[in-house]
This record gives sequence, C-alpha cells and structure tokens, in this order.
Amino acid sequence: MSKEWPLWEIFIRGQHGLSHRHVGSLHAPDAEMAIKNARDVYTRRNEGQSIWAVEAKHISASSPSDKGPLYEPSESKVYRHPTFFDIPEDVGAM
Amino acid sequence: MYAQMVKSTGEGLKSREDMSPEEAAFQDKIDADIKIEPKDWMPEGYRKTLIRQIGQHAHSEIVGQLPEGNWITRAPTLERKAILLAKVQDEAGHGLYLYCAAETLGVSRDDLTEQLLDGRMKYSSIFNYPTLNWADMGAVGWLVDGAAIMNQVPLQRTSFGPYSRAMIRICKEESFHQRQGYDIMMKMAQGSEAQKRMAQDALNRLWFPSLMMFGPSDADSVHSVQSMAWKIKMDSNDELRQRFVDQTVPQAEYLGLTVPDESLKWNDEKGGYDFSEPDWDEFFDVIKGNGPCNVDRLAARNKAWDDGAWVREGLLAHAEKRAARKTAAE
Repeated sequence: MSKEWPLWEIFIRGQHGLSHRHVGSLHAPDAEMAIKNARDVYTRRNEGQSIWAVEAKHISASSPSDKGPLYEPSESKVYRHPTFFDIPEDVGAM
Repeated sequence: MYAQMVKSTGEGLKSREDMSPEEAAFQDKIDADIKIEPKDWMPEGYRKTLIRQIGQHAHSEIVGQLPEGNWITRAPTLERKAILLAKVQDEAGHGLYLYCAAETLGVSRDDLTEQLLDGRMKYSSIFNYPTLNWADMGAVGWLVDGAAIMNQVPLQRTSFGPYSRAMIRICKEESFHQRQGYDIMMKMAQGSEAQKRMAQDALNRLWFPSLMMFGPSDADSVHSVQSMAWKIKMDSNDELRQRFVDQTVPQAEYLGLTVPDESLKWNDEKGGYDFSEPDWDEFFDVIKGNGPCNVDRLAARNKAWDDGAWVREGLLAHAEKRAARKTAAE
C-alpha cells in the first residue's frame, strides 16, 4: 500500500543576486512541503535567499547522444568570442 | 569506510581487447577525468556497484545518527546540545544527498530503505558499537568523522557526477563535525582526573573500531581493482588507514592521551607509523550482525519507518485531495 512521495528538483538562489542554481533533489508530497524540506536539507548554512521546487517529471532534458548535433555548431564560430579580434593597444580599453 | 567491502562485478578487470566499443569509450572518458552523468551509457556492473556503494554510504549516514542521537538529551550544556543537534541533523542531510545520487541510477528511495530495514544492504560496522558516555561524543566526532573525511575527500573526484557533487557538499560540512569532536576531547583531556580517564577510555574503545572502518586490506581484491579503474574507489584501504593513523597520532599526543596500541611506532623509512591491525575476526562478526548494537540499530530504524507510515500516507492523501479539489474548481 505504501506509495512513494514524488521527486522534486531543488533550485536555490544564493546571497549575491545570482541565478537560481540546481542543488539536488528530494521527495515531498506536494510543492509546499518540498520547499519546507528544501529549507532543511539545502539551506542549513545560509546558502539561500530563494527556493524553487520543480517536480522532476516536469523537467525536459537534452539527451547525451544529441551532444554532437546540439553543440557542434558553436564550436566552429570562434568569432563569437571577443578575443578573436586583435585591437591595437593604442585604442585603450575595449 | 562508510562503504565497506562493496562488491563489484567480481569478474576482474576487462582488458581493452575484451571491451565492447561502448565499454572502451566509457573507460576512455573515465581515464580522461570526464564525469559520467545519469543519462550517459554505462556498463551494468558500474551502475550496480555504485548503487551498492552509494546506498551503503547513505545508510551509514542515517544509522550513524543513532549513536549520537543517544546523547542529545543528556549533553552537558545547552550549547553542546545545540551543536550536537546540528551535527546529527547534518548526518540526516548527508544521507539524503546520497540517496538522491543513488536514485539517479534508477533505484527508488523506498527500495533502498527496505533493503536496509530487512538487512539485505549494510551500513558501516562502526555504528554497531555503543556510545557509553559523553566522552564518546568527542571520540566519535574526532575519530569516526576523521576516518570518514579520509575516504570522502578523495571521493570528491569520483567519476560519477551526482556522487561527486554529493561528496563535495558533504566534505564542506564534515570538517565542522570533526572539529566539534576534537573540541569535546580537548575539554575533557584538560579537565579533571575523572574527565581525563573518560577521554582515554573513549579512545581505548573506539580506536580499533575506527581503523576497521577502512575495511580489511584489499591489496588482492578483484572488486577493488575494478572499482579503482572506474574511479569509484580512489585509494586502497591500507593507504587510507595509514594516512588516518599518521594524522591522528599527533592529535592524540596533543591531548595527552595514549593510543591503545603497544606496537605503535614511528617508522622513519616509510615516513609513517607502524601499527597493529585491528581484530578482523571481530570485524567480520560485526558485519554478520553480531556486534554489540546491530539488533538495536535495525530495530530503531524499523520502528521509525513503521511509526512514520501514517505521516507519509496522511500527507500524500492530503496532497491528492487538494490536487483533486483544484482540478474540480478549474
């Protein structure tokens, strides 16, 4: 008769205004309890200012086998990086 | 360690020629220190060994709460009580990080819990020893958490991404545990004659069980050879034990306590201490279930699981009712 609580993925925004970051997962019966449990499991030492809880089944993920087709196109475009361009020192900071 | 004598495939290491193209590509990634993530292809043996190892590690964190939880209500001051409570809460957290890592390999949390409760999965032998007095809280933090750190620091570099990330979080918190233990030992060792005797007695009882935590020598173990090739075991049991003794003996000397081993002697040639092996017959007996506290520990976990059933079921029923009401209203 025992039925497992659903799995939630937990995202936390730290102190310095950065984005929410994935920290781990936990089981909880609903979103409210997921956030309460996340407080106890993932912010015992002031790690967070804000918590997001997303039920794991709602996350879509890219497949590892797609790595080539997904990321290869950006590998050949070195000109997207500022270091591609040689700017004379005389021009100053840019 | 927290995971002792984890069995791998038992088939020994495959040579490159015997590996399938997938296995060879997998081993190349590991050799290049590229992390393996849950959705990546992995050999079945790697997956199974990791579930055993991470599961056993998680169970050890959870059962490890019991010997210390035993002293929360009897801590000598309110401050000591608050600190011990925080430490025991961390152990629960460590267990949860590790269960999460194991779950990414396709095993369910409840399945792991049931395997602990019915004895199919093990936890570290150390938690089958009793904590008889307050000095034991110091010795556990200092020695048991100290031994755990020895094993866990290298595991931060383990090949499986979720396990590695869990170990990084755990190691950040573990150092608090060892320091709070040593702090208790310093207080006791600098205290009255009776306190000093208690501190020495705790060291006497917990020294060899702490050395057992690393497991018997695995120099000839086919399981360890495979686990090391997969980078889910980073050092041999003997290497870790030696490192632990070398680090701990000077700490005991600082306390003015005597390590209960007459053969303990600095060996200049190897740059480490020579020391006596623990009684491995005792170790195997404890693993088999015959330690002083095995029955109590499993009974306590089973009771907690059974007594908590109505909470788990009640909260789920409440969540389902609310979800149904919300759907009806839409």
